[in-house]
Amino acid sequence: MTTTNTIFKNIKKVSIIAFSSIALISCSDDDDTPEALNEEEVITTVIVKLTPEAGGTAITLMSKDDDGADGPSAPVITVENLAANTTYNGTITLLNETESPAEDITLEVAEEDDDHQFFYAVSGAISGTAYTDMDEDGNPVGLKFTLSTTNAGAATLGVTLRHEPKKPNDGTTADAGGATDIEQTFSITVE
Amino acid sequence: MRYTLTILCILVCQSYVFAQDCNTILLGEIIDFHDQTPLADAIIQVKVNKEQVYSDEFGKFTLKNLCNGSIELEISHPECSTRFVIVEINGNTHKKITLEHHLEELDEVKVTGATIKETNSAQEKVLKTKQLERFGSNNLGDALKQINGVSSLNTGSNIVKPIIQGLGGSRILILNNGIRMQDMEWGAEHAPNIDVNAANTATVVKGAAALKYGGDAIGGVILLDQNRIPKKDTIYGKTLLNGVSNGRGGNISSELTKAYENGFYIKGQASYKKLGDAEAPDYILSNTGVSQFGASVDFGRLGFEKGWSAYYSYFDTNIGILSASHIGNVDDLISAINSDEPGKISDFTYDIKNPRQNVKHHLGKLKYYKRFEGLGKLNLQYDIQQNHRFEYDIRVGADKNKASLDLKLTTQTLATDITIDAFEKQKFSFGVLGRYQENFANPETGVRRLIPDYDKVDFGVFATTEYKLSDLTTADAGIRYDYSKIDAQKFYKTSRWEERGYDKDYSDIVVSDLGTQLLTNPELTYHNFSASAGLKHKFNTENQFRFNYTLAQRAPNPSELFSDGLHHSAARIELGDLRIKSETSHRISVSLGKDTYTWGYDVAPYLNLISDFIILEPTGVEFSLRGAFPVWEYRQTDARLLGVDASIYNNWTNNWRTDHKFSIVKGRERSNNTALINIPSARMENGITFNKQEWHNFNIALQSQYVFRQNEYLDNINVYSPQQNQEVELDINTPPNAYHLLKLDTEMKFNFNNNNALTVGLGVTNLLNTEYRDYLNRQRYFTDDLGRSFTLRLKFNY
Repeated sequence: MTTTNTIFKNIKKVSIIAFSSIALISCSDDDDTPEALNEEEVITTVIVKLTPEAGGTAITLMSKDDDGADGPSAPVITVENLAANTTYNGTITLLNETESPAEDITLEVAEEDDDHQFFYAVSGAISGTAYTDMDEDGNPVGLKFTLSTTNAGAATLGVTLRHEPKKPNDGTTADAGGATDIEQTFSITVE
Repeated sequence: MRYTLTILCILVCQSYVFAQDCNTILLGEIIDFHDQTPLADAIIQVKVNKEQVYSDEFGKFTLKNLCNGSIELEISHPECSTRFVIVEINGNTHKKITLEHHLEELDEVKVTGATIKETNSAQEKVLKTKQLERFGSNNLGDALKQINGVSSLNTGSNIVKPIIQGLGGSRILILNNGIRMQDMEWGAEHAPNIDVNAANTATVVKGAAALKYGGDAIGGVILLDQNRIPKKDTIYGKTLLNGVSNGRGGNISSELTKAYENGFYIKGQASYKKLGDAEAPDYILSNTGVSQFGASVDFGRLGFEKGWSAYYSYFDTNIGILSASHIGNVDDLISAINSDEPGKISDFTYDIKNPRQNVKHHLGKLKYYKRFEGLGKLNLQYDIQQNHRFEYDIRVGADKNKASLDLKLTTQTLATDITIDAFEKQKFSFGVLGRYQENFANPETGVRRLIPDYDKVDFGVFATTEYKLSDLTTADAGIRYDYSKIDAQKFYKTSRWEERGYDKDYSDIVVSDLGTQLLTNPELTYHNFSASAGLKHKFNTENQFRFNYTLAQRAPNPSELFSDGLHHSAARIELGDLRIKSETSHRISVSLGKDTYTWGYDVAPYLNLISDFIILEPTGVEFSLRGAFPVWEYRQTDARLLGVDASIYNNWTNNWRTDHKFSIVKGRERSNNTALINIPSARMENGITFNKQEWHNFNIALQSQYVFRQNEYLDNINVYSPQQNQEVELDINTPPNAYHLLKLDTEMKFNFNNNNALTVGLGVTNLLNTEYRDYLNRQRYFTDDLGRSFTLRLKFNY
């Protein structure tokens, strides 16, 4: 029992020393300034450029959100009117305008095109879209596409970019899964 | 049941004074060494003349016609082994004889004796070891729900935050072995980081009356404690094994204690839990597995006059978050709410994928106490704890395995208190504490910090007293003051800073302007006062009445102050407010109870008026390129919570017993009488138990639980759905329907030689495999709750 006694006495001594030293350490205050965090792969701007297949002036649909996904400001959307019964060649550009000069995120998407896919949802006076590009596995990417309008009227074009979707998929976002990088709907007039 | 008693702290004096006059009186009092509870029915026999008296229900006894000098008393108790004490008599003498229980298992004592009370007049209940052991494969929150008036806010079945009488989160203090848990209780999906297997008893004090532990427990205090360790040379332990069908896993937990006659002890405990995907009645709840490890070691020397102990525990949990609850934006939420089945159902697996949480909690404590004769007992405690929380979201590319949230919270506390119990009728306690806390939000996540880096200093001081007005009536009172100062380094997006109006009110705290964001240095100070007063009256040994009033103030937590962004795991934007001030609660509670061998009841109504009550509720949506996200904002309002917890039991025969419980709470805003969010609905429990001691203590219990629909809830909000291109109702507040669940539990105990025993138990929860959703489960939008589950329990005592 005496051995146990000594052991416990020593543990007690050590504990007391440890305790007082920690108490002292706890008093030291550090005012280190935390490091600012720049979010990676921020997309501030989505630009859809639609050029009539038969030639003519391209029209631009743009959505711009300067303060990112959790900032209070809503994206500012600007659209132009489409012509009725026309097929357009579409391209999409993504920018990070928090940097100067603006960073072109589209290049990253193109580089990792097997890990990305755009989905286009249409309604009203837009009859449909079709992919005109493919990744190395032969699956659609959607950086390039065609879009056709019907008779004049109101229309919407929904653009969704999924990161790491299931590929190939049935063409719906539900089947593709993955993480949403972009989800914007443009309300357009077809005239 | 066999107990032994040890008598301590007896000043043995050889007296050479021989008595001349033999008519002095010895007024003795036999109390428990640990908790000062009187021990009734002890037999006190004077060795010389074999005169014999019994201690009364207050532990008191009187011996008359004694001579001055030393007398030897033999003290025995029906539940203890006999001991001898020498008392010096010099004129009329008062002697307090403190006894220590020498117990194999404390829980058995708690069954027979009056439970140890944390407070004199508050509503409180204790769960014993046996009641906790049944929940070895569950969570602390599940075990606590056995107590009437306790419910929980769940995120699935593995994240269970206790709610006491409608209040949870930072309004509940959890004391784990005397250490106030600092484990980021501010988040709705942050469960207490405690292994239910590491605790031997759990006490719930409803309301903030236990001022000693903190003045901000507007909801209540949960105390998790260890069984007392016997003061004799012994070694004992237990191992529990649980096999669970739903989740296809189980847990193992082991505990071993070595104690010595001289008060030294060492106790070790460890447990491991592994469960795969849980199942609802109709489908698998994908990615809801959990793996958890906990271990603790406790050693020290406990004497009567002084003692010390050291404690360390580690807890590590890895919890899968239901795949289907990972939503991208408000349109995903709308389609999830409108769909009957979760969007993602995969085959059963034990793998835990992202989204998931991983939390590690270290906790260490050093404690010393000393008893001063004729004064009382002094306690000194230092504790340190670190909570490290990682939340993994579904991320892509190089960030795939990187946490989205990585917070490290380190807290150190130094506290001392003294209890003065030398007075016969009155007891005083005083205490002070200092606490230093540091939070570090790791920027390597690449995600903006939801909770900023901060330093926090707390200082508290309290005084409480208990006064025995008569043998049957005890009054209590207490006051407490708490100072807290939080010094944060917080980045705000400039647009958010302006949207909150901080550019007008807080322009002086901007440290630097980084273009799109600002670095600020909020320094916020709070002075909180709390007070409590109450009365306990025993009409007789069976009937008891308690009344309590408590004033409590709670300072806002970091989440309420600083949240300002997208909470990835919840796909919602949470907005705190720097202007939030302390909330103040005035709570009145009454409880009336009866406890006899045949029947008993307890009725406990309460009214809690809370000024500046801090609530988080959905207010709308914010749009971004990633779609629209629901916005949840903190705000303050004056609230009223009115409720009652009622229970009754009856032993119909020696073998049959029924238990009935009902609890209800109504929460409303006082100004416009609108319902508060997330108030638990009324619930009723009825149970029937058959017990036959002769059949290896065979026990079978059937319990029915009926949970009413919450009919008082907040209006839903209308949001613009980009996908549907129109304003739609976001059905985010509508509560699910009422449900009824049946639970069956049976148990047998086989005793072997040398105190070894094997207990075998089989339990079934959700017996009828009912499909249901609970209002307070945050995953109710996505899935049904758990289906039927069988649990096989094996417990070895050795």
